[in-house]
Amino acid sequence: MRRILSLLLENESGALSRVVGLFSQRGYNIETLNVAPTDDHSLSRLTVTTTGDDLKIEQITKQLNKLIDVIKVVDLTEGAHVERDTLLVKVRAEGAQRDEVKRTTDIFRGQIVDVGPTTYIVQLTGPTQKLDSFITALGDVVILEVVRSGVAGMARGEKILAP
Amino acid sequence: MEMLSGGEMLVRALEDEGVEYVFGYPGGAALHIYDALFKADAVPHILVRHEQAATHAADGYARATGKPGVVLVTSGPGATNAITGIATAFMDSIPMVVLSGQVPTHLIGEDAFQETDMVGISRPIVKHSFMVKRTEDIPSIVKQAFYIATSGRPGPVVVDIPKNLTAPENKYEYHYPESVSLRSYQPAQKGHSGQIRKAARLLLSAKRPVIYAGGGVIQGDGSELLTELARRLNYPVTNTLMGLGAYPGSDRQFLGMLGMHGFYEANMAMHHSDVILAVGARFDDRVTNTVSKFCPGAKIIHIDVDPASIAKIVPVDIPIVGPVSTVLTDLLAQVDAHIAASDRPLPDGDALSEWWQQIEGWRAAHGLWHGRRYGESDFAMPQDVIKCLYDVTNGEAYVTSDVGQHQMFAAQYYKFDYPRRWINSGGLGTMGFGLPAAMGIKLALPDAEVACVTGEGSIQMNIQELSTCSQYATPIKIISLRNNYLGMVKQWQDMQYEGRYSESHYAASLPDFVKLAESYGHVGIKVEKKDDLEPAMREAFALKDRLVFLDVFVEPHEHVYPMLVAPNGAMKDMWLSKTERT
Repeated sequence: MRRILSLLLENESGALSRVVGLFSQRGYNIETLNVAPTDDHSLSRLTVTTTGDDLKIEQITKQLNKLIDVIKVVDLTEGAHVERDTLLVKVRAEGAQRDEVKRTTDIFRGQIVDVGPTTYIVQLTGPTQKLDSFITALGDVVILEVVRSGVAGMARGEKILAP
Repeated sequence: MEMLSGGEMLVRALEDEGVEYVFGYPGGAALHIYDALFKADAVPHILVRHEQAATHAADGYARATGKPGVVLVTSGPGATNAITGIATAFMDSIPMVVLSGQVPTHLIGEDAFQETDMVGISRPIVKHSFMVKRTEDIPSIVKQAFYIATSGRPGPVVVDIPKNLTAPENKYEYHYPESVSLRSYQPAQKGHSGQIRKAARLLLSAKRPVIYAGGGVIQGDGSELLTELARRLNYPVTNTLMGLGAYPGSDRQFLGMLGMHGFYEANMAMHHSDVILAVGARFDDRVTNTVSKFCPGAKIIHIDVDPASIAKIVPVDIPIVGPVSTVLTDLLAQVDAHIAASDRPLPDGDALSEWWQQIEGWRAAHGLWHGRRYGESDFAMPQDVIKCLYDVTNGEAYVTSDVGQHQMFAAQYYKFDYPRRWINSGGLGTMGFGLPAAMGIKLALPDAEVACVTGEGSIQMNIQELSTCSQYATPIKIISLRNNYLGMVKQWQDMQYEGRYSESHYAASLPDFVKLAESYGHVGIKVEKKDDLEPAMREAFALKDRLVFLDVFVEPHEHVYPMLVAPNGAMKDMWLSKTERT
């Protein structure tokens, strides 16, 4: 089962490598990874999506909590939450396909953020599934390059991840 | 406020931390620190012959005293040589602080001479690590390192220090923090009272209980409480390899070690139990055998200071996170309260006496301490060597071991009555551990008898430390069981590879250990005939101020039994000899 774990960690050099190292060392899978400092610059927020049954996720959470640099760990998938991934995709946009890409982008509420003579860059933000659907919907359009930010997320309502 | 250089701060911080010994080896990146150490002349330093031995010596010191071991090495090869010892300490949760010199800050990342990414290399085998960025941070980092290493579930902490930050010319105000508080690290101080109440109830309802105690009881100074609890309830106790001494080995309620080479009665009692109280143990694969077949009828209470150890391998009915000492104190109180409040006697005396009867039956049938369970030979039998060591030392010695058959024989036949006396690399299984560990213990406890039980394979992995023992006059006794094979490898090759001894025999290549010991200024005694064993053992221990190397020729084809049947066996499935199995 897919899970989204969100971590608060010390914004120290080496903190990220401890988290990533733990996953490889213990054979846990990382599907996406997103990390950046928060409004408090002594803290980083890291979101990782992984897969596993309840027992495995419990063990991953416990092992993460053992890392001295990790302040808090929460499994966002345990409750209502917002998850966002951002996609940039560069596509071949020539002739009739220029219109087709534009139309598909509009349907998905994406934006064309770069217009070249023969290429577009489309930006799209949403849950992972929506981004996957968009890529499928591009159909015959030639995809030249794809980059995704990885999932970032927050619990809905009053639940707050703070030190 | 006093002005000190980085090197001086480091040394002063060790002094303020009450460090008794630093085990180390100098080199380029650590020279400022070594100069500060020389000038301060406040913290004795033991110059080992290889950095791995420094970590094992510090480790032995820590296991025997409960205080953190301290290691100082240089960058590059100094740091990488320390890795095996750090991993050894990590696997057995031993408090240790390793200070490593690093190339100067401006050279980091340039593949400089003797540069290696110590923080990166050690990352999976440390509790935590620090790379010092500013000289003025040294006191607070050292304080944090000791705090992290010794609190919660203990473990090794690495502090990597670039050379320029220890330079004598740059001085800063020195202030050693009194205490430390980390927002991201707050180890549990007490167990959950509701859980402890439930545990007391379950424990008292047991008809076939077993207490399964591990190294955490020793590390957490819980032996006395555990013993009190077991005696109050008259419940049987088994210790893991790491837990030997947590409950007195010669006590009637002790079933011996459990697991791979555990006692028949201990493994049988575990398998047939209805309630297991696991304390400071981690359900290691050398204990459980096939996890799906582990103790099918048992409800499990698990006490551990590390939440990640609970339900990692085996599902647990009542988890209790907390230090064993406070949890056992609370559990004892709850047990008393339940007994007092109950309208019938607790625990169930009839069920318990029936259970003890069954256990006594197992003991009588195949218990290692109930009759001679092994054969005779023209050579000394390895089991007899350990029994002889036990007799000659009155069961009071600190015994270190290396890894292999000799380790298992020592664990089986030396009855440890006290915690911190049995010192071995249980988790990582590091050959070469025994001699330097014994050295560290003897330095810490000069009046204690310290024996290193080893084999001719293991001893050669750190034999250069005979020189260190000479320099610092550490009169330990080395009991080397020589069978000319890597004994445990040979045993497996006998049992699973039709006796094909692939690279497990030394042919005629072994040194004359007696002459070798003598060349380092020690005493060597060769024991070729079994009748010479006891006089030689007595002579060795009578030489109080000499290191004695006892080169004991033992029966080369002996196996360690019992041995769990694997793969796919349960704890009740054991080989009891070369021909018998349960």
